[in-house]
Amino acid sequence: MARPAPITPELVQGHGLTAEEYGRVLEILGREPNLTELGIFSVMWSEHCSYKSSRKWLRRLPTEAPWVICGPGENAGVIDIGEGLAAVFKMESHNHPSFIEPYQGAATGVGGILRDVFTMGARPVANLNALRFGSPAHPKTRHLVSGVVAGIGGYGNCVGVPTVGGSCDFDESYDGNILVNAMTVGIAPKDRIFYARATGVGNPVVYVGSKTGRDGIHGATMASAEFDEEAEAKRPTVQVGDPFTEKLLIEACMELMAEDVIIGIQDMGAAGLTSSSFEMASKGGVGVELDLDLVPVRETGMTAYEIMLSESQERMLMVLEPGKEAIAKAIFEKWELDFAVIGRLTDTGRMVLLQGGETVADLPIDPLAEAAPVYDRPTKKAAPRPLIAPGGVAPPESVMAALKTLLGSPDLCSKRWIWEQYDHMVMADTVARPGGDAAIVRIHGSSRGLALTTDCTPRYCGADPAAGAAQAIAEAWRNLTAVGARPLAVTDNMNFGNPERPEIMGQFADAVEGMRAACLALDFPVVSGNVSFYNETNGKGILPTPAIGAVGLVDDLAKTASLALETAGESLVLIGTTVGHLGCSSYLKEVLGRADGAPPPVDLAAERRNGDFVRAEVQAGRVSACHDLSDGGLLVAAAEMALAGDTGCTIEIPIGAPPAHAWLFGEDQGRYLIATGDAEGLLARAESAGVPAAVIGTSGGESLTVNGFGTISLSELHETHEGWLPGYMGDA
Amino acid sequence: MKAAVIVFPGSNCDRDVKVALAQSMGTPPLMVWHRESDFPSVDLIVVPGGFSYGDYLRAGAMAANSPAMAETSRRADRGVAVLGICNGFQILAEAGLLPGVLMRNAGLTFICRDVHLRVERSLAPFTGRYRQGQVIRIPIAHADGNYFTDEDTLKRLEDGGQVVFRYSDTEGNVTGPANPNGSLDNIAAIVNEAGNVLGMMPHPERLADPLLSGTDGRAMFEGLVEAFG
Repeated sequence: MARPAPITPELVQGHGLTAEEYGRVLEILGREPNLTELGIFSVMWSEHCSYKSSRKWLRRLPTEAPWVICGPGENAGVIDIGEGLAAVFKMESHNHPSFIEPYQGAATGVGGILRDVFTMGARPVANLNALRFGSPAHPKTRHLVSGVVAGIGGYGNCVGVPTVGGSCDFDESYDGNILVNAMTVGIAPKDRIFYARATGVGNPVVYVGSKTGRDGIHGATMASAEFDEEAEAKRPTVQVGDPFTEKLLIEACMELMAEDVIIGIQDMGAAGLTSSSFEMASKGGVGVELDLDLVPVRETGMTAYEIMLSESQERMLMVLEPGKEAIAKAIFEKWELDFAVIGRLTDTGRMVLLQGGETVADLPIDPLAEAAPVYDRPTKKAAPRPLIAPGGVAPPESVMAALKTLLGSPDLCSKRWIWEQYDHMVMADTVARPGGDAAIVRIHGSSRGLALTTDCTPRYCGADPAAGAAQAIAEAWRNLTAVGARPLAVTDNMNFGNPERPEIMGQFADAVEGMRAACLALDFPVVSGNVSFYNETNGKGILPTPAIGAVGLVDDLAKTASLALETAGESLVLIGTTVGHLGCSSYLKEVLGRADGAPPPVDLAAERRNGDFVRAEVQAGRVSACHDLSDGGLLVAAAEMALAGDTGCTIEIPIGAPPAHAWLFGEDQGRYLIATGDAEGLLARAESAGVPAAVIGTSGGESLTVNGFGTISLSELHETHEGWLPGYMGDA
Repeated sequence: MKAAVIVFPGSNCDRDVKVALAQSMGTPPLMVWHRESDFPSVDLIVVPGGFSYGDYLRAGAMAANSPAMAETSRRADRGVAVLGICNGFQILAEAGLLPGVLMRNAGLTFICRDVHLRVERSLAPFTGRYRQGQVIRIPIAHADGNYFTDEDTLKRLEDGGQVVFRYSDTEGNVTGPANPNGSLDNIAAIVNEAGNVLGMMPHPERLADPLLSGTDGRAMFEGLVEAFG
């Protein structure tokens, strides 16, 4: 064994292990661990790797459907998209690193999620992201926006995967903890999916990609603790990305995966070589022996501790068929990447690490990987908020001024400044670009496509985690529906505060229940995901943010809809019921400076009925534009449609509607605005489907008018809508 | 027409241009790995977009010194047509096949958007299918597209009619606001004196398919096929 290093209580605590957890370490080993072993326990049992606080609740999420090939637990979720193909996707957070070093934090977030997808054999075809920043008034916000956007672009643009969609909003609860959630979607032949399972005693364990350096040591442990003012000092735990190497790694892996040589493969993400080797061995029920002298390293003198805990990027671990090493080596040499056989699988059920001919660690695999602690943390429910009646909310002095305020607000303004920094067209399959309800990416060489979106309204989740999380699922489903896609499955990125506080754990538990109800009602299983806790600074948590990424299938790319209103003289039809719900609305926040009330209730049966109707209309080619109604309600949606297609419209408030401001700005769920040349036919079909539908306006002209409430020119709206973000970032 | 596409480590528009070429040619082009220098004789060599060698030294600098580029230079001297798109333009400039450099965009950020181009020269083999003065819409996607050269060279380019596309507004007016990256004289594409080497920052291969909201790029590939049969 290696020289015994004294394991003091301070050292144990510094590794993020509780006294109780350390007791369990002693029990499993029957002796004191050495420093390397302590480091391994520390990362494997970190919240980030072990899901010890969330596991109990995550089991509640529906994960099955006939089209699900692989649900949560692997590197990414896999669903059947027909014609022998599968979509492989996942969303993952890189919140803590991005706050400390925004460019590299965001860039390596993109790199990590890309690897999760191509490690399964899928060529990445699209990236998306969900970003949350602090208040625009906070002194760090601009710096963080600028760095994160440049980092996402810098990585994604170079690897040549289009960044086709995302969301970005601002709230002071993120002042000290921004959220950077990155999603990758890939496509693979469905009979050639690769899993992280090591089998076959004696088979070679192979390391490929970049060399291992001293960067990112203990990143997973950092992501499992709260921040304080000392956060800046943690910069050395942030990794540095190399998108060029990632691109080579993608191509080399794709080439290798076309051969029959790989038994199991896993990217080295959080906790690097430790978690990849443990997970693969544990899933395959084998032991593993690694000779750390064979690991390609960037510098000399690296200890076993450093090699095992390094989070250097762009690395993969594989188990190969015996005797096939030469085939694999030739491919990696062609792409000028490191390739090294660093060990073998054994039948001991133990991980044995050798360095300099000595055993430097000897640990049982299953107790570490699978018997990680699971906590049933106490939960405390948030007090329910009262519904606000439309009458309890003041009308604006001017409807058009309120519209301008909303369209020019940080959350609802155009995010063009962001997505124009991302190459969203490389691969030449981006059929619907960013800025719509959902992006559409063609399945290469076919006339079918994938519709993709990310959604969440954190202020709803803060007010009522269950309703807010259900709303996030419903809105993702609605966004896919609005472009004519069949929603298939979701990935979730659960961003919450400190789970050791009962009110945070209560938010988490309720959010899961809300998601569960919505996923079940909409046949929309969760196939992958990630939990990020400890998003707190100095004891103040973020708004609970269950970010949802969703994938739908477009069977015929000729039968889709966009939000752009392009034809004059068409009818605008409102689908769904409008009560005029203003609690937690954008109107309340931006126009009145209030944040009270319950969020809009989600009627899942109506959501499904209305959506199924709208999708059928789009797929039948009977609508010329379609937009889901969300933040800012009907009038904001109408304005977005008018701006996207450069065609104005006139809206008439129906007799018997709720008060005008509630009807125009209410955020009732399950609604769409449609443009059609045949309103009569559409209304008749809606009636027989039991779907509320009414003509509320006509397209045409160069301005937006609400009869009785004024007119505003599209050019004025355009300036307001496009102006805020470039102005804020200093480009205007 | 016989065409080859050079593939560098880090190229990422090689497949896109292959698809666009195949659509016009009827058969796919030859894909040539950067280490090869003895690839078959072709009518057209395409140097595609992407981030060759990560663009780590300077965009295009390392690729310009690859065996495949050395061979491309030799063939260009013999009159073989060479088309460089985006990173390909940067590589051709670094290799000295075209004058000038592509500097960091004036706004310092990567820009991906459709831009309008005024066709300055309708000239086979590259732009024979466009009319002089025609305005076309093609996307750009780059961080380093800010064309710069010394005054004498600029004058030579302008006087010799070597500027092929200029950034313009939708009406064809060459204005400051229509210039996305700060290029001198709104230059988006130039051709060498002999007329057989063209470099352009915009990506014609990205708008050559009706499903991708435009087909203005297609005429370039159709024109090449027409020129070489």
